[in-house]
Amino acid sequence: MKVFLMYRDRDFHSKQEPPPDQQVLSQEVERILRMHRDRDLGSKQELPSTQQALIQDLELGTLFEAMAQGDRFVYGVSREAVLIGLTDPDRIRYRQEILKDCLKNPAVVREIYSIPIQAIESKRHHWMWISCSYPSGILNSAIEMLAMFVALLKKLRGIADQHAHRFESEGFGRFFAMIQEELTDDYFALMDDHLRRLAFRSGVLISGKPGKGNEGTDYVLRRPNHQGQPWMKRVTAKRSRVYSFRLDPRDEHGARALGEFVGRGINLVANAAAQAADHIDSFFNILYMELAFYVGCMNLSEQLAQLGEPIAFSEPATAGERRHSFVGLYDVCLALTMKRQVVGNDVNADGKELFVITGANQGGKSVFLRSVGLAQLMMQCGMFVPAESFCANVCTGLFTHYKREEDSSMESGKFDEELGRMSAIVDKIAPDCMVLFNESFAATNEREGSEIARQIVTALLERRIKVLYVTHLYELAHGFHKRKTANAIFLRAERQADGTRTFKLAEGEPLQTSYGQDLYDGIFGEEN
Amino acid sequence: MTFPSVLFERPEGRPGAEAPGEPACFADLNLDQVVDAITARKDVYGLKPFFYTPLRDAETILYRHEVMWDLEDGALMACVKAFAEQMIIVRRYLALVEKLDFHYHREGWFLEAALVYCGAVSDLERDLGLAHLRSRGLSAFREYVTSYVQSQAFQSLRTEALEVKHGLSTLEYSVSVRRDTVKVRQYEGEVDYSAEVDKTFERFRQGAVKDYRLDLYKGAGMNHIEAQILDFVARLHPAQFAALDRFCAGHGEFVDDAIRSFDREIQFYVAYLDFIAGIKRKGLGFCYPQVSAARRDVYCCEAFDLALANSPLFRERPVICNDFFLEGPERVIVVSGPNQGGKTTFARMFGQLHYLAGLGCPVPGSEARLFLFDQIVTHFERVEDIRNLRGKLQDDLVRIHDILDRATPDTILILNEIFASTTLEDAVFLSKEIMAKVMDLDLLCVWVTFIDELSSLSAKTVSMVSTTVPENPAMRTFKIVRKPADGLAYALSIAEKHRLTFEQIRERIRP
Repeated sequence: MKVFLMYRDRDFHSKQEPPPDQQVLSQEVERILRMHRDRDLGSKQELPSTQQALIQDLELGTLFEAMAQGDRFVYGVSREAVLIGLTDPDRIRYRQEILKDCLKNPAVVREIYSIPIQAIESKRHHWMWISCSYPSGILNSAIEMLAMFVALLKKLRGIADQHAHRFESEGFGRFFAMIQEELTDDYFALMDDHLRRLAFRSGVLISGKPGKGNEGTDYVLRRPNHQGQPWMKRVTAKRSRVYSFRLDPRDEHGARALGEFVGRGINLVANAAAQAADHIDSFFNILYMELAFYVGCMNLSEQLAQLGEPIAFSEPATAGERRHSFVGLYDVCLALTMKRQVVGNDVNADGKELFVITGANQGGKSVFLRSVGLAQLMMQCGMFVPAESFCANVCTGLFTHYKREEDSSMESGKFDEELGRMSAIVDKIAPDCMVLFNESFAATNEREGSEIARQIVTALLERRIKVLYVTHLYELAHGFHKRKTANAIFLRAERQADGTRTFKLAEGEPLQTSYGQDLYDGIFGEEN
Repeated sequence: MTFPSVLFERPEGRPGAEAPGEPACFADLNLDQVVDAITARKDVYGLKPFFYTPLRDAETILYRHEVMWDLEDGALMACVKAFAEQMIIVRRYLALVEKLDFHYHREGWFLEAALVYCGAVSDLERDLGLAHLRSRGLSAFREYVTSYVQSQAFQSLRTEALEVKHGLSTLEYSVSVRRDTVKVRQYEGEVDYSAEVDKTFERFRQGAVKDYRLDLYKGAGMNHIEAQILDFVARLHPAQFAALDRFCAGHGEFVDDAIRSFDREIQFYVAYLDFIAGIKRKGLGFCYPQVSAARRDVYCCEAFDLALANSPLFRERPVICNDFFLEGPERVIVVSGPNQGGKTTFARMFGQLHYLAGLGCPVPGSEARLFLFDQIVTHFERVEDIRNLRGKLQDDLVRIHDILDRATPDTILILNEIFASTTLEDAVFLSKEIMAKVMDLDLLCVWVTFIDELSSLSAKTVSMVSTTVPENPAMRTFKIVRKPADGLAYALSIAEKHRLTFEQIRERIRP
């Protein structure tokens, strides 16, 4: 039985590799939980530096908090899902469809989500774990856990019976069909029968062979042939001779030896039961993890609805295409922070690979850049995007290169530090990736900065990497414009004649000034 | 038919019942470390007596070289090792039998031992038959083992063991346990319940999960409950167990003496070849030396100290190789030069090479002719004790006297910094006196000394010098080369040690 709500064909792990052998899947859940405990303790996270930059530059924390609504597990899973996006538009659509179902049936989805939570809480409250000291201990703890799981599976079947028809997505359709096909009444009866039988109230039957040194070997637990048959038939059945003995009640050593013997007999069945319990546990854990992402999306959508902000499901294009056109694209983090509607932008940049964004200070350039980055990540994890409509090609990796405050470690000069980060990005970047530059390479004089930036950007474009560059470097921006770079679009933060800003961007060639004087006037105006 | 030995072509050479002790030169030459490393984890074979018994007979040495050549064939070596592993199991099982309490348990393990033994011998016979053997030792053993396998004794042992085992292994019984009652009967085709449970829950399979099967192996042994069950099984199947009784009664000590001693003696070669294989991986070479009890014009190219090469300190660092030769009247190598330059290592190496050659082993070097000595006598400087100067010099002289008393022209003598703690004048005088006696004996000698006059006393002495990098006298090359001692390097290194070189003094005395 597979959940498969995040991928059509595999489980969602926060690390993309399958877990190594022996690693119990529930450890994955624990890992995420632990990660967030550590995070709360303020310890450094084990993310690559480029992803840390992404979180910082796009203010992803705000997004994750909004998705989590205080649930650390949802926070962790959402973060993993957002940071490890999909690059196959078909897989993105698979999640989008499931998310649409969730948005239509929030109560049902939250009810399903509560089932793995109940499993986890039961385990915690009843101190359930599979003891590992001896086979009968393993068997008994496994049976106890299985009984609890079976009850929850019945509940899940009930939900499927009642609500499956309201879901339209391929993912949920398969999920519910699986529940109904695999967890039939007959199957529940069979499981109940085994759970009763595994108590071994009428003793155990073990077959064996003389092995090396005539020591008993190949012990196999057997189901008695005549169990359940009428006693007449049992009596008349042809049986071999039987030799028997009774343990002396004072023979403690013998009792222990007999216990060990039985242990060998039930070793395998105990393993089977314990592994079954583990597998169901894993099933619930995966269900918990995969639904947590959708719960996060539902949480976010509810908050945006309260703010009156629109959401849309994007049309992802393949990585090889160059699409970027949207209406009303807004910065979701800004909206969440301001708790109100914010200005959206409309751009049609299909076929473009270079976005040069110039214009007024505090004119919304950074906000725009962030909104593009956020929308890209949200689209690629299968979520809705904060826009009225949005279409973009997927990218194989998103990187941010923002101007930083002076490096406090004094390790290197500012420009040096910038180039260092750029070099780290270049280590990881590949064709069809996307880079967001914000005021990069301005820590030197304009000519040098422009020239270095030009070389970097030109090289990236050469390698089919999409570049969005917010800059005051006139020479850089103007240079691209003058060369009539065909696949470039030039956006400018608007300023109206009276100097007030609309926070909207419009196409326009780079201008020499960035309206710093306006800012100066705004701040010093009264003194002048 | 009897087979003498893979180590000795004629029985005379074998170490007697009284195992020889460690030769006196072992500690000084670090051969104790080498032999410990070679025989590590092979205690059971008692190999050390073989390593304590060097040979003087070139023919027996060649006999051993031949066996080594054969064993350098990896396939044959693998077969021999496989045989050894099986024989270890045989011994382990037989030792177990002695300790067990229950009749059929004991007999069961005895049968296992016989089965493993028959398999080991048969495999060995087959493998040797396929091998292209050139050595007299292994060829003779092959003949022996072939006739042994065809013997009535071995054939009946094997056939009966297999029959009895087959009879037992096809039995199947079932035990039911309900509270304190245990019933044993024949197995009647009841289905595997674990598999049923497994199958029922199979659909939940998610990927790798923990393995809850406990490792319930509790060592070979049987408690009285299992013994009682086994007794019942024997009563259910009397014929098979009667056959086991007959087998055990009929085959007491089944391990053949010659097989047993082959199993031990071949380990001499296996142990040595395994040991040097590790050293060879560092890029160091070994060769089969020419050996002679007559020729004193010894030489070795690219020789190195085996103990050093095996030391953990040299796991990463390169081991420096050195050459030496003696020709014509030359007998005594006088090694001088800067300290920490490899002089002692060179002296040890000279002794090791000869000792190992005397064992019939390949020696650390690329090409060699070595002398078959009657004894190797060493005198290495002991830890200095300033409080007892006079006593020490006296001790030294007593020891040297004893050494020269025992020495014959066939002795190899290795002297390392004797008289180091006396005055230079005394040391020169005494050394010259000793050297005269050494030259009289005409024996082979390596003498490490700071008295470079010794190196040019006569045609019998050869000077070899530890060298430094020309541009940096403090940096050692660990190369010992044949050249006249000029005393300069030595003086320089002493001066350097005391920070009294020109540069150092200039540094220390500032204007």
